[in-house]
Amino acid sequence: MIKETLDKIRPHFEKGGKLSALRSVFEGMETFLLVPATTSRSGCSIHDAIDSKRIMSFVVIALLPALLTGMYNIGYQNYAAAGAEGTFVEMFLYGLAVMMPKIVVSYLVGLGIEFFVAQKKNEEIQEGYLVSGLLIPMIVPVGCPLWMLALAVAFSVIFVKEIYGGTGMNIFNPALAARAFLFFAYPGKMSGESVWVADGKLFGLGNSLPDGFTMATPLGEAAAGQTVPMDFSFVSGLMPGSIGETSVVAIAIGAAILLWTRIASWKIMSSVFVGGALVGFLFNISGLETPTAQMPWYEHLMLGGFCFGAVFMATDPVTSARTEGGKYIYGFLIGALAIAIRVLNPGFPEGMMLAILFMNMFAPLIDYCFVQRNIGRRAKRAQTK
Amino acid sequence: MKRIYKLKKGLDFALEGKAEPVLTEAPASAVYGVRPPDFPGIVPRLAVKAGDKVKAGDTLFVDKRTERVAVVSPVSGAVKDIVRGERRKILAIEIEADAEQEYRTFDVAGIAGAASEEVVRLLRESGLFALFRQRPYDVVPAPENKPKAVFISAFSKMPLAADFTFVAEGREDDFKAGVRLLARVAPVHVGISPRQVNTALLPIPEASVSIFDGPNPSGNVGVQISHVAPVNKGETVWTVAPEVVCFIGEFARTGRVRLRRRVAVAGSRVASPRYVSATMGARVADIIGDNLKPADTHTRIIDGNPLVGSPTQPEAYISAQATELCAIPEGDDRHELFGWIMPRLGDFSASRSYFSWLLGKKRRYDLDCRVKGGERHMIMSGEYDRVLPMDIYGEYLIKAIITGDIDRQEALGIYEVAPEDFAVAEFVCSSKLELQRIVREGLDVLMKENA
Repeated sequence: MIKETLDKIRPHFEKGGKLSALRSVFEGMETFLLVPATTSRSGCSIHDAIDSKRIMSFVVIALLPALLTGMYNIGYQNYAAAGAEGTFVEMFLYGLAVMMPKIVVSYLVGLGIEFFVAQKKNEEIQEGYLVSGLLIPMIVPVGCPLWMLALAVAFSVIFVKEIYGGTGMNIFNPALAARAFLFFAYPGKMSGESVWVADGKLFGLGNSLPDGFTMATPLGEAAAGQTVPMDFSFVSGLMPGSIGETSVVAIAIGAAILLWTRIASWKIMSSVFVGGALVGFLFNISGLETPTAQMPWYEHLMLGGFCFGAVFMATDPVTSARTEGGKYIYGFLIGALAIAIRVLNPGFPEGMMLAILFMNMFAPLIDYCFVQRNIGRRAKRAQTK
Repeated sequence: MKRIYKLKKGLDFALEGKAEPVLTEAPASAVYGVRPPDFPGIVPRLAVKAGDKVKAGDTLFVDKRTERVAVVSPVSGAVKDIVRGERRKILAIEIEADAEQEYRTFDVAGIAGAASEEVVRLLRESGLFALFRQRPYDVVPAPENKPKAVFISAFSKMPLAADFTFVAEGREDDFKAGVRLLARVAPVHVGISPRQVNTALLPIPEASVSIFDGPNPSGNVGVQISHVAPVNKGETVWTVAPEVVCFIGEFARTGRVRLRRRVAVAGSRVASPRYVSATMGARVADIIGDNLKPADTHTRIIDGNPLVGSPTQPEAYISAQATELCAIPEGDDRHELFGWIMPRLGDFSASRSYFSWLLGKKRRYDLDCRVKGGERHMIMSGEYDRVLPMDIYGEYLIKAIITGDIDRQEALGIYEVAPEDFAVAEFVCSSKLELQRIVREGLDVLMKENA
């Protein structure tokens, strides 16, 4: 039945039809509803059932636990800050109400640009933004205004992805690039102490907070010179922080999904943690007296965006190292750099974003070395003959 | 002493309709067709015209460039027509077969002790040489290049592929004789599967035999070469299909070119999958007969196996190298809702985002020909590496071919590969890139550049 409806309206969207300007939208919807019945023309007659839609959908599924916990945490932080009583449902709904506009704005702006580009280039819509579009609202502080979010999304989709040729051709992770854009363009809204708790009433839920209310993240406190004691909230995620990144448990569920489906590389993910733990431990025994250096290495791994970055950002197959050996080095250096930035540069309480973007840049170089080894081996083999 | 190579990389899965070891005879076709495109690298110069009488083994055309490699008629009869396509490219030479078959007889007395050049001359003139392939480029070899070695893989792990052990049943001596003859030209390497160790195919004292134990594509001769003696720049190796080795053995014994072999007729759309004894160039419909299941939806007939073969038609002729004909659903009339999130239990996937990994390795799948996704840039990493058991960075080689960077293709090992080596990678590729076409085009460009 759906097939018949689609067939009926298709002529409008084809070249010369009155809605031909929306062809890419129509095709996007069609392939969303129905598996394309195109059969192979060359090479293999049969194909694996996997496609990039399936892969991206599974990443979105893996993100859901972190997203849902993040929503609840928004409500929890608001109620706790106001000292008000609230039920679980109220807190969650409040978080949902705060979060939904961000997600909608992110998808509207990002997918709008993607549809436009696909139309111009006469290509199919690429699914990559399904993931980036959800990631971006999850890695910004809850106090980030919608217009800023829209600006960051537009910047990242146009300048970090499309000018390189779209999903699969970009050098930097688009979601992180969006965050970095905000971080440097509007530092006041991206870190500090006033952005981590949602303020104001929505649909009768939540609480208005007094003007000038501040609440720092544990990393922010440590960077400011305070000692942060270990707390159960580091694991559960009921602490101030960027929306999706606080709950280790929720992220672990996502990690399990990604590793099991082999969408994320376990080599990258595990070596990020190894790198972070090792450098954290070295700082612990280094004799540096700052609170960030003295923060136990396992707390470093639990706080800030470390887990979220390791699981969802570092493992982005497009921007990470592609050679199997290179993945170990790439992951290890991300973990190591992230902790080093946190400890050595108090201006950046969060090092994960910069570490991953930095290593995105170096991933091709790491791969180059591994591929070059293969090339060298082949050349040598030819000579010794 | 046989060497054992255990390969880990690759992917095995079973399709419905594997051919049972039962043999029937195909009826004689009225018309046989020899297709020049089946002989890549050869530019045909016709030796016959419509109306000419030919015997089985008579030259139909030779390679224009060397004039030394001949392609012969599989049957005796009268040349009916030369079928041409665009720009007068010859697509097929059709021969109306005689009721009684006559064979051209070659003088093979003393071939067993002949020198290398003499053996190659006889193989060239008998048309058997045109069935060889060479690495690099995966084309018919240039006869003047002396090969470093000759490689024969005696098995295929491709889904629905014919089982050579059954195909060669009763012809093992011809197979061995063929190997013996090739060993006069260059060292011969035979790759067998662990199941073939105790068959009559062995022993072959003239060849070095290696056992390859691993999933598809471990039966690909290219994979075997890369483990035994990889092809370096400037080197040439010849590869010969095992059925062709049987032809050679029979030729050395009788002096006749008899291109009859057992072809597997397989696939979920075949009523009783089995082997059919058929002559090269026979009509596809004559080989399959009335063995197709009636179906409401479209059926695709594949010349070859579903990973490497190409779609064909009942009225077409079976290609020169085909060891099987497969019939599976086309799928262009199937419309599946929300495929990107449904469990899709009937579909196979190497990815664990589906459930094939739960259903066991024995399960047979009925796959159709849909690509099941749109073509994208290469997104996932490591997909090809997992199914390419060679010391080659598949992704980087493919990218080098796409960008046309010839120096880099060379450095990354393009001389070692044939399109079929990327068949499993193409199957699993989530970006749905046409890897075999990309590799073929890359090899063609490279051959032109190096000529």
